[in-house]
Amino acid sequence: MISFAECSARERLALLLDEGSFHEWLPPSRKLTSPHLAALGVPSAFDDGVAIGRATLAGSPVFVAAQEGQFMGGGVGEVHGAKLVGLLQRALRDRPTAVLLLAESGGVRLHEANAGLIAVSEVMRALLDVRAAGIPVIVLIGGTGGCFGGMGIVARCADHVVMSDIGRLAMSGPEVIEASHGVEEFDSRDRALVWRTTGGKHRWLTGDCDALVEDDVAAFRAAAIAALQASHPVTLALLEAEHARLTARLAFTGAEAVELWAAIGVPDAARVPDLDVAAVTALGVH
Amino acid sequence: MDWQTLATQLFGADHGITREGDFLHGEVTFDGAPLSVIGTTAHAAIGVQLALQQARAVLDLMAHHPGRPLLLLIDTQGQQLRRRDELLGINRAMAHLGQCLDLARRRGHRVLGLVYDQALSGGFITSGLIADACDALPEAEIRVMRLPAMARVTKLPESLLAELSESNPVFAPGVRNYVAMGGVRQLWQGDLAQALRNALATAPTDDRRAAEGAARGGRRLAASVTRLVLDAA
Repeated sequence: MISFAECSARERLALLLDEGSFHEWLPPSRKLTSPHLAALGVPSAFDDGVAIGRATLAGSPVFVAAQEGQFMGGGVGEVHGAKLVGLLQRALRDRPTAVLLLAESGGVRLHEANAGLIAVSEVMRALLDVRAAGIPVIVLIGGTGGCFGGMGIVARCADHVVMSDIGRLAMSGPEVIEASHGVEEFDSRDRALVWRTTGGKHRWLTGDCDALVEDDVAAFRAAAIAALQASHPVTLALLEAEHARLTARLAFTGAEAVELWAAIGVPDAARVPDLDVAAVTALGVH
Repeated sequence: MDWQTLATQLFGADHGITREGDFLHGEVTFDGAPLSVIGTTAHAAIGVQLALQQARAVLDLMAHHPGRPLLLLIDTQGQQLRRRDELLGINRAMAHLGQCLDLARRRGHRVLGLVYDQALSGGFITSGLIADACDALPEAEIRVMRLPAMARVTKLPESLLAELSESNPVFAPGVRNYVAMGGVRQLWQGDLAQALRNALATAPTDDRRAAEGAARGGRRLAASVTRLVLDAA
């Protein structure tokens, strides 16, 4: 068992995809860096924090992107975002079986805030173009940095979301909420609270992710293979169903995950944090 | 600009747009044709509930008025920063709103955004930035995050950020920087009704923001890097 969380973006690609099949576009040898970071005197990276390319998965052609959470928290800057947009536009043109996005990102890279914000919205539109074309976009979330901000929205625009129990998916990070409304609102140092609120188990129980796996690269690989045909083009009927599902959540007035799980019918909700992935998966989606 | 003043200048005193909390909605007549309007006011924080209110209006538009254009009036401080919203999946609710607007575009509704007061980050990505085109009033304010929070996250001194926000278009708040980067298509000057008429007539249906950012010199790399990926061996 190899921890997905502890791997770098390129290690994840090497282990997740068919052996030796990853062919990178705009690799680090191209030295495509962010001019905006250089202007701030902040170290840059020769891939701007994301690796993109083509590969095969169980023999099927796929396009892939992997964000490197160790560089600027996986933040989306102008070049980083343009690489993702290019990959998605190329998928629309070349029609691989699926697009895989190994997301680990705090969202917009604040050092180039305006360009990053526009870039995230361009990624969102390009992703929805690919999804509308019937090519499934599969998002894999299992890095220690989680998937936040604009990338948390992008992830929920995809056809299929896979998370590990240590993966996190949300909008604002707990530190930002704590800074805004105080430690009573969200104690960012309370790790158990943070994971109950945004972690993989919670997202599985509420249906915010489609598969929950162990923190194991092989488990992510198996889940990605299983999702290769998981295309769900957006239709009015699909959005009406989504709307009903989300509206029903507003009936819950609290802010504590265990109470929410109990309210939606998860048996022995208080035990969930202590259960392993197999046991949580067996509880099903509520 | 106050939303009432804006609505009156665009559609006359009997504009028919109503306010429920921070949510604005209405069906107006513009140049003799029906136009739907949704939006927010009072620098609304977009939480799960407000995202769903807006999504409901877009779903109803698609179901009952196929092809009718939609104007989004944008004034938001960004996403609501509450633990309950995160627990309930605010990112999913915002993605839902964005997908409703995206589907409306694909079904032939012209979707036009107008930043009439302020726009911040998450509240903007799933409104104006997912529209066919997003315009703004000249006095509008667009930014990603307030400087103190930004200093905390980036670990850069607030004084440096304040200095940069005077000079660096990629970093500095301000609607003109967004125009230069292609994120905002144009500013509405003078007669606002004429500006709306022009905006509806010229809204593109494809995403031209990277190309416009390059042409205007405010975002030089996005279009060329995308092209490099398409052409890579």
